[in-house]
Amino acid sequence: MPAIEILGLEKTYKVGFWIKRPKRALLPLHLTVEDGEVFGFLGPNGAGKTTTLKLLMGLVFPSAGSARILGKPWTDPEVKAQIGFLPEQPYFYDHLTAHELLNYYAQLSGVPAKDRSHRVTSTLQRVGLKDIQGVQLRKFSKGMLQRVGIAQAILHDPKLVFFDEPMSGLDPMGRREVRDLMEQLKHEGKTVFFSTHILSDAEALCDRVAIINKGELRGIGAVADLTSSVQGKVEVIWQGTQVPASMKALGAECHVIGDTVRAVMGESQQDAAIDALRRERLRLIALTPVRTSLEAYFVEKLQHAETTVGTNA
Amino acid sequence: MNARILHIASNTFREAVRDRVLYNLIAFALLLSGAAILVGQISIEIEKLVVINLGLTAVSLFGIVIAIFIGIGLVSKEIEKRTLYTVLSRPVRRWEFIIGKFFGLAGTLVVNTFFMAIGVFAALFYVSHKFVRADALILVALYFIILEFMIICSLGLLFSSFSTPLLSAVFAFSLFVIGSFAEDLRGFAGMAHGFTRWLATGAAYLVPNFSALNIVSSVAHGQPVATQLILHNTLYAFFYAAMAVSGAVLIFENRNLK
Repeated sequence: MPAIEILGLEKTYKVGFWIKRPKRALLPLHLTVEDGEVFGFLGPNGAGKTTTLKLLMGLVFPSAGSARILGKPWTDPEVKAQIGFLPEQPYFYDHLTAHELLNYYAQLSGVPAKDRSHRVTSTLQRVGLKDIQGVQLRKFSKGMLQRVGIAQAILHDPKLVFFDEPMSGLDPMGRREVRDLMEQLKHEGKTVFFSTHILSDAEALCDRVAIINKGELRGIGAVADLTSSVQGKVEVIWQGTQVPASMKALGAECHVIGDTVRAVMGESQQDAAIDALRRERLRLIALTPVRTSLEAYFVEKLQHAETTVGTNA
Repeated sequence: MNARILHIASNTFREAVRDRVLYNLIAFALLLSGAAILVGQISIEIEKLVVINLGLTAVSLFGIVIAIFIGIGLVSKEIEKRTLYTVLSRPVRRWEFIIGKFFGLAGTLVVNTFFMAIGVFAALFYVSHKFVRADALILVALYFIILEFMIICSLGLLFSSFSTPLLSAVFAFSLFVIGSFAEDLRGFAGMAHGFTRWLATGAAYLVPNFSALNIVSSVAHGQPVATQLILHNTLYAFFYAAMAVSGAVLIFENRNLK
């Protein structure tokens, strides 16, 4: 059973003061996220990521379409007991301490009274806030609030967690900890759906990613597949600062970097290149296929769509 | 009561307490003790009348200010600050949120009124040195003031569900002022003719009838309060507040939280 099935959800807002004009925030979106996956929802700012999450959380109502979460209609209140949600740049009741806030959310999520205190304390420990659990949130930094946000999303042991820009506002150590936490959630068998525009995070964490821009789904696939596609080129690196004429003759693009030379050439030239290095008695350091990065895929998907739109226009 | 409503209500109450809303009690205590001492020096025979009038009017005004200024932000502040997102993404229905907020603010006002009532009785004891049976009528006046707060809370909540805090404050305060003259408006409707009569009658019955809930002056003069009035006012306030809260729920159920 898929964890999330988005069946043509779309959202059009009416904008303008006197004359209302339709503004499409999300075009009909069809997407399936399997149980136990870490799924990255990528896109530039204003692409429609947060709108999609708000639709799934029932915070805004769709203009059309529907969704199923954990096999049930997304509006079913029972579903919400099994999901966690971290909004973008979260803000909480700042008159409460971290412990009181989580206790309140545990009450709302239906965590049994006998388990509540232990659950709150262990979750605060998990996100590194146990020592300051008695401090009011109005004294918390942005990064600390983000940790509180993550804590409230996982507090009630949900099967499915939605994170909207979870790394936002975190320092490098904080980002590392959130990455570790998301990996832990995956190992615990939970499904994680997170939106981000930081591609390195997605590449490191996700099983699959979808790319969205201007409210439209532009691409979807497994990270391993997207980044393993070899472009038919190899990269050869050797020690030295000189580029032999035989190497130039192969049509390689050569760059001298410090005391090494990096050359990129067609796969069919790799044997000839190795022979050339042997002849010149140069020390080979590495020979690797050139792979597509997630960033390249992302840029390609966005640019391709822009070009298509431009051509159509 | 549904447990989630109770949790939302208690959080709303705690927020009001931590935001130092109950500090108004200090101002109230200072006002009343100052008035009691002053009245004791300048007036003969009418100290009691002045203390009851002043005390109950202050209870009403302090509470109305709190009800309006907290009530108008109950929903809009949560939307603006996005604290609602992490509440409504849990198994909490929107109507539960609205009703929880209403009870939270109503509870704050009841507690506030309770402490103020102690202040009123203390000032009364200070000027008259004893309590008489007729002083129990003050409790009825306080009960009517609480009913008044329920209506204002519900109106604040209703306006807060679709409008900005500033406009909500203007609407709620305007309705309070008009409602305080509701009996006059009904009298005017009775004298008018044609379309004006229809319009005035409609307006007179639409605005909350706060003048019927104000028995401060008659209580100060020791006049008895009819049981029928207590029953009528109770039913009226509950019905009016229920209608306004239902309106807030209907609007909020269909609102996009952008």
